[in-house]
Amino acid sequence: MLYAVAIFAPLFGSAVAGLFGKAIGDRAAQAVTITCMVLASICGVSAFIQLVYQGAPTGVLPIATWVQAGPFHATWALRYDALSAVMVAMVTTVATLIHIYSIGYMAHDENHTIWRFFSYLSLFSFAMLMLVSADNLLQLFFGWEGVGLASYLLIGYWYYRPSAGAAAMKAFIVNRIGDLGFALGIALVFLQFGSIEFGTVFGAVQAHMDATYHVLGHTWRAYEVIGILLFIGAMGKSAQIGLHVWLPDAMEGPTPVSALIHAATMVTAGVFLMARFSPVLDYAPGALGFVTFIGATTALFAATVGCAQNDIKRVIAYSTCSQLGYMFVAAGVGAYQASIFHLLTHAFFKALLFLTAGSVIHAMSDEQDMRRMGGLWRMIPFTYAMMWVGNLALGGVFPFAGYFSKDAILEAAWAAHTAIGQYGFWCTLVAAFLTAFYSWRLLIMTFHGAPRADRQVMAHVHESPKVMLGPLLLLAIGATFAGMVFRNQLIGADWQAFWGNSIRIAADNHVLRDMESLPLWVSLSPSVFGLLGIGTAYLFYMVSPGIPGRLAAMFPAAYRFLLNKWYFDELYDLAVVRPYRALARLLWQVGDVTLIDGVPNGLAALTEEGAAGAVRLQTGSIAVYAFAMLIGLVLLVSIFLLFLR
Amino acid sequence: MNAAGFPLLSLITWLPLVGGLVILAVRGDEETVAANARWTALWTSLIVFVLSVLLWVRFDPAEPGFQFVESVAWLPQWGITYRMGVDGISVLFVLLSTLLTPICILASWEAVKVRVREYMLAFLILETMMVGMFSAMDFVVFYMFFEGVLIPMYLIIGIWGGPRRVYAAIKFFLYTLAGSVLMLLALLAMWYQAGTTDIPTLLHTSFPAGMQTWLFLAFLASFAVKVPMWPVHTWLPDAHVEAPTAGSVILAGVLLKMGGYGFLRFSLPMLPVASAQLAPLMYALSVIAVIYTSLVALAQTDMKKLIAYSSVAHMGVVTIGIFTVNMQGISGAMFQMLSHGIVSAALFLCVGVVYDRIHTREIARYGGLADRMPAYAFVFMVFTMASIGLPGTSGFVGEFLVLVGALQVQFWLALLGSLGMILGAAYALWLYRRIIFGRITRDDLRAILDLSPREIAVFAPLVVLTLWMGVYPSSFSSFWDATVGAMVAQHQAALHLPAVLAAATR
Repeated sequence: MLYAVAIFAPLFGSAVAGLFGKAIGDRAAQAVTITCMVLASICGVSAFIQLVYQGAPTGVLPIATWVQAGPFHATWALRYDALSAVMVAMVTTVATLIHIYSIGYMAHDENHTIWRFFSYLSLFSFAMLMLVSADNLLQLFFGWEGVGLASYLLIGYWYYRPSAGAAAMKAFIVNRIGDLGFALGIALVFLQFGSIEFGTVFGAVQAHMDATYHVLGHTWRAYEVIGILLFIGAMGKSAQIGLHVWLPDAMEGPTPVSALIHAATMVTAGVFLMARFSPVLDYAPGALGFVTFIGATTALFAATVGCAQNDIKRVIAYSTCSQLGYMFVAAGVGAYQASIFHLLTHAFFKALLFLTAGSVIHAMSDEQDMRRMGGLWRMIPFTYAMMWVGNLALGGVFPFAGYFSKDAILEAAWAAHTAIGQYGFWCTLVAAFLTAFYSWRLLIMTFHGAPRADRQVMAHVHESPKVMLGPLLLLAIGATFAGMVFRNQLIGADWQAFWGNSIRIAADNHVLRDMESLPLWVSLSPSVFGLLGIGTAYLFYMVSPGIPGRLAAMFPAAYRFLLNKWYFDELYDLAVVRPYRALARLLWQVGDVTLIDGVPNGLAALTEEGAAGAVRLQTGSIAVYAFAMLIGLVLLVSIFLLFLR
Repeated sequence: MNAAGFPLLSLITWLPLVGGLVILAVRGDEETVAANARWTALWTSLIVFVLSVLLWVRFDPAEPGFQFVESVAWLPQWGITYRMGVDGISVLFVLLSTLLTPICILASWEAVKVRVREYMLAFLILETMMVGMFSAMDFVVFYMFFEGVLIPMYLIIGIWGGPRRVYAAIKFFLYTLAGSVLMLLALLAMWYQAGTTDIPTLLHTSFPAGMQTWLFLAFLASFAVKVPMWPVHTWLPDAHVEAPTAGSVILAGVLLKMGGYGFLRFSLPMLPVASAQLAPLMYALSVIAVIYTSLVALAQTDMKKLIAYSSVAHMGVVTIGIFTVNMQGISGAMFQMLSHGIVSAALFLCVGVVYDRIHTREIARYGGLADRMPAYAFVFMVFTMASIGLPGTSGFVGEFLVLVGALQVQFWLALLGSLGMILGAAYALWLYRRIIFGRITRDDLRAILDLSPREIAVFAPLVVLTLWMGVYPSSFSSFWDATVGAMVAQHQAALHLPAVLAAATR
């Protein structure tokens, strides 16, 4: 019951704020949504504690039938197990903090529709909760697309900005590409298992172990195909390389949105999906290898791009992309527990980072370019301190949260003892260096050195109101302690005590056990690389700030390559968007208007001309008619004589 | 007699015509006649709708066969009977027709100013024809209603349409007529073969395999134009662009469903062998329709044309679903038809709202409407999302079930047939962005008014239905589950029969 309240309270808040927001005003809309969110988080956290620490039984709370067609059957139901409960607790907590923060952040919104913002934010929370508490793949897909809708609406919140409209559309469409894979995956699961209910599917895993599916001229194990298709969905939602292009643009939305949706919760849905489907995926080694490969590549790729960006939010966006790659590396080597562990710690410290960035932007009169910041640390010391905490957690410095979860991922990659695991290890190790580098680059460029903003802006710089700083403090506590507190429960030897049956792994999956007995240097290397990264950033941007410029001048091609984000957008524009539009015009003008319509229009013209010709025969002259008759007579007679005699 | 105790279906069918006669009888100056015509038409259609709700209430979903059957001897020497009845496939289409007619009349309240009496009359006749067509249980009766639909629609486009209305109306008429002539031939052939035109009898008649192919192609000619399938779809954008708003609503909402209904009523159950043999052709045409018209929709500069092309793409999903011949595919196709009937009708109404104010359908003339028309932006968003097939709206259920059905046939059919998920999002969001997002730059848009109470009354039931169908679709699909189940079983039995016979004689 508590659990159901946690999930549906945000929907109620959203509906009230959305439908009556204009009538009841912004303050009331905020009050309703935030009350609902606070209620939801109290219920969500209690449900989590009851399940994991007080031994409440897991279960499924059925609500209603949804889609039904013959044997195909999907219900609305809430699944209550450790994986769902921990996600519900996290989502409600972070979402509540961000709702509260938004009161301050959106106070000066020129749009004057703040109720709309809060309605969307609560709608998002509801969809995300439906996603994580789904008991079948279709409801998960409902939440999946629902968060996509909320993300679309919130990116486009400032709808009058052309860039916001474009970014919203891009996010939706790129996500749809992944979603098509996901939908096909769901259908294939139904085809294999005759059900999409998690309980039924996971219970029948052994029975369908050798099932095959024929596609692309090759016969594959069905689990591999299912794994790949579901992961394609995850790639879209979690912005993995190739389908990542929407995430940086999504920063067009207000910063609290970036914190909640594009860092803490929605983008991690793909990782959640991998963990949720672990009972099947763990028997799809090929698909998992692909997951690791994409995850590791993304982790490295996004980190390199993050080092060259100048927009404070974009740096953090690429950082998110990169951290999601880490989580997929963990899932890909079979350490789903570690991937969810990093998901949780990341939710705290990345939300913290985005909100501190928001606090900076707020202080700087909406300036986002770090080249026009600097020298702020004395003026907004609290924000500065929060940024430090976030950076320490992200950089993986002991004893902050990221240290435990990121280390676990690298160790898991090594402990997989596979070639792809090695690839994952080395990519994430280099990425760890880059992560620390771009984090402190951001910190130093924003807060240190001489102020580069104009005097007017600098005169306005002020610490944010308490309603914004409070959530920062709470998130900072999470970012500091979440790792220490949860490490042993989530990925320790006794992980099953925590996770119960919600994560199931194959009998031969010993990654978590092997993580305990690794060479010392493997365990130490992430920290060493992280500290090196911090040192390099300190050297480049504090000690001798000329180095980055000289480096860029020395390797202009490499610099441009990074600055332009590996030219993904340009490539897609050239290879997809333009041809697509050209083809659309071609099919319309040539295909429809000329060719297909040519037939009826041509027939009509032919009829008209024929009729005009026939009209000309009717001259009215008796002589012509008589002559025609004569010819006819001659013809008839000759035919008769020649053939019918 | 039947579940209602009185000839309910005939009443629903012919009552609109009675209302039409009342309208004709009104005398007085033009104002009075127009006002009378509006109110009479509205009340008639509302009463008809209320009556049809009885169908919803009293229909027994567990019964796969026809219900509310009524039968009057008509031409007994020819084996032709006036028989009416609905089964799981047709009953909701009757409701769709009776729901959309009052909405259309309400939507034309102020938009139509000339020849109001004739306009309302045309809509009432149209309703008679539509309902009659969906509830006919005799092929000849069906054919008459099927053709009868053409005439009022032809007039609605040709008289109250836009500047190129004559071209569009004639194109519409000739395309549909050409197909129907072939269906008439098929009708005659079936009558010769079976000796009756009674649909339930025909459903259990097995036609020789060779004959089935020809019959199937003849039906295809008629139904493919109605659906419309690629490449006989080009009459649709023209007809939509020229038709008045309410004409587009009925055209997209009900008339396009006649093709899909025809496939489900005749082609598939009566001609199982040909359906199985020619399924690849249907798949190919449908997949082309989905991809091709989704692309063409993106390039459009006229709002109505864009939505018209999107209709072709959505109906492509329907034809894929029908010819997968499994529970999920057909159920999905049914759902997609109903959903499209609501959603595309609503989208055309959305176009009508701004057209009534600014008098242009040029997309580029708009932009930034969210500022002045927040309620409109909300309604438009709901239907855009439903058109894209967002889970939780009606559009998703059908599309997804067809995907599941198609995957049981072939992977590529499922993949290519579902590309509409991506391509549809592209054109629909691009349309929404150009009209609703952005800043207002033109003066006439600055003064534009948001939805009036009358318009809200038009949209409210459609919004509710869209969400209801999306969240609790089983309250609709339960109507046809039994019928579709029986149909699929019969189809499989019919396909196995020749094989069984061959094995027995060996």
